[in-house]
Amino acid sequence: MTLSYIVLGVSTFMLLNSAALAVYAERRVAAFIQNRYGPNRVGPLGLLQPIADVLKLILKEDVTPQEGFKFIHTIAPVIPVTTALMTVAVIPFGDGLVVTEINASILYLLAIASLGVYGVTLAGWSSNSKYSLLGGLRASAQMISYELPLGMAVASCVLFAGSLNITDVAASQEVWWNVIRNPIGAVIFIIAAFAESNRTPFDLVEAEQELVGGFHTEYSSMKFGMFFLAEYMHVVINSMLITTFFFGSYHLPFAGLWLPELTTTQKMILDVSVFVGKTGFFMFLFIWVRWTIGRFKFDQVMNLGWAKLLPLSIANFLIIAIVLYVLNMMNV
Amino acid sequence: MEIYAFIVLSVLAIGSALGMILNKNTVNSALFLVLHLISLAGIYLLLKAQFLAIVQIIVYAGAIMVLFLFVIMLLNVADEPSLFDRFRVGYFLAFLLGVAVLGQIVYSVAGVAGILPQISPEMERIGTVEAVGDVLFTEYLMPFEMTAILLTAAVVGALMVAQFKSGKVSRA
Repeated sequence: MTLSYIVLGVSTFMLLNSAALAVYAERRVAAFIQNRYGPNRVGPLGLLQPIADVLKLILKEDVTPQEGFKFIHTIAPVIPVTTALMTVAVIPFGDGLVVTEINASILYLLAIASLGVYGVTLAGWSSNSKYSLLGGLRASAQMISYELPLGMAVASCVLFAGSLNITDVAASQEVWWNVIRNPIGAVIFIIAAFAESNRTPFDLVEAEQELVGGFHTEYSSMKFGMFFLAEYMHVVINSMLITTFFFGSYHLPFAGLWLPELTTTQKMILDVSVFVGKTGFFMFLFIWVRWTIGRFKFDQVMNLGWAKLLPLSIANFLIIAIVLYVLNMMNV
Repeated sequence: MEIYAFIVLSVLAIGSALGMILNKNTVNSALFLVLHLISLAGIYLLLKAQFLAIVQIIVYAGAIMVLFLFVIMLLNVADEPSLFDRFRVGYFLAFLLGVAVLGQIVYSVAGVAGILPQISPEMERIGTVEAVGDVLFTEYLMPFEMTAILLTAAVVGALMVAQFKSGKVSRA
């Protein structure tokens, strides 16, 4: 019981701070990829830059559109931050290092992800501006469309674990990671995760040339800061989910075959560092893709989601189900 | 502890249901309905029906209400004239307070009389995914499959209706 409270405190603290770290990392990596310096003035290596940014955001004037809907305009930025924080409740950071065991924790993750759409939609609508509304509609249409392939890719992982509990999915990858057993599912999941967190190549939500700033055009000061925070928290969360579902969670590759018995403390430290290392790599991948690949047009995004990824993910799910069923029949 | 969570959630559910009916603005009404559905999911959780609670959020709050909101936002519906002109926030708060006091009284009377329902271990097992799946694919297989066929028919019908007018436009 005490352990789960410790996990809750540490993971929430880490998630909140990792968003700031991700902002810094994004700017440094972007600078590196574009062959320039990036922020390197505030503190050693520019590490205090996020603090300076947040201070600047807090000191800015908070403007609410006069013709907008003030109450909804105020609560909208809170929703994506809340849903991002809620996902931490079920992610296993190590063997037994999980805040709460829910019998259907994978469904819980999908439910929380589907609630995140409200923040974007309401922000776009309550600003009472055409750019915001169009940006909000684009964002929510995109998030709803990519939830389906995301869910099917997760379902194909559930088949290997035989359980809707995310800790069982993590434990089932001790020898074979899901990315080896189910590579198509992994690709679909990673693409859908990029679309769900509204990152390039799916960032038409804030396509500046067309929509000014998308759904957060009319936001300023810390309300904008909340959307910014939520975007990077979703990058971190989605990196964690990619790790958990497809890249062996807290297991080293083929750990079940060669890893010797460890004491509880050693196992705990190893698990957490392996998990954090993999999450860090996928955060880097998110940034790397953003500064390498261009942006799709909106019809291409919808076409990819509904006409390519969804049928592919359903076919992948069916084939895996049939293969697993036949293998079970032969064993028995 | 659970009884207090229940009181909070049920007052929230009743209050948001009333808010949905009494509100002049359609978008606010839809948001109150979302709040109502989420507090109902909380009540299901108190009954240890985790699967039902999560499915409630996925299907109603996550999918259906988002569509409702889309339609309302795009239609740009004007504010309805309120049926309850003399409605005030004070009355609403007084109602919530009254519900809370009533709940407390009913709870203590029922506690003295010993007729409070207890959640037994068998009841806890009913709400899990395994239990729901077990009965769904054995005892209730026929209704389940019928519902699936009905939903598929509805989706195909919706596609037919949606593509009826644009049928002559050649797709590039």
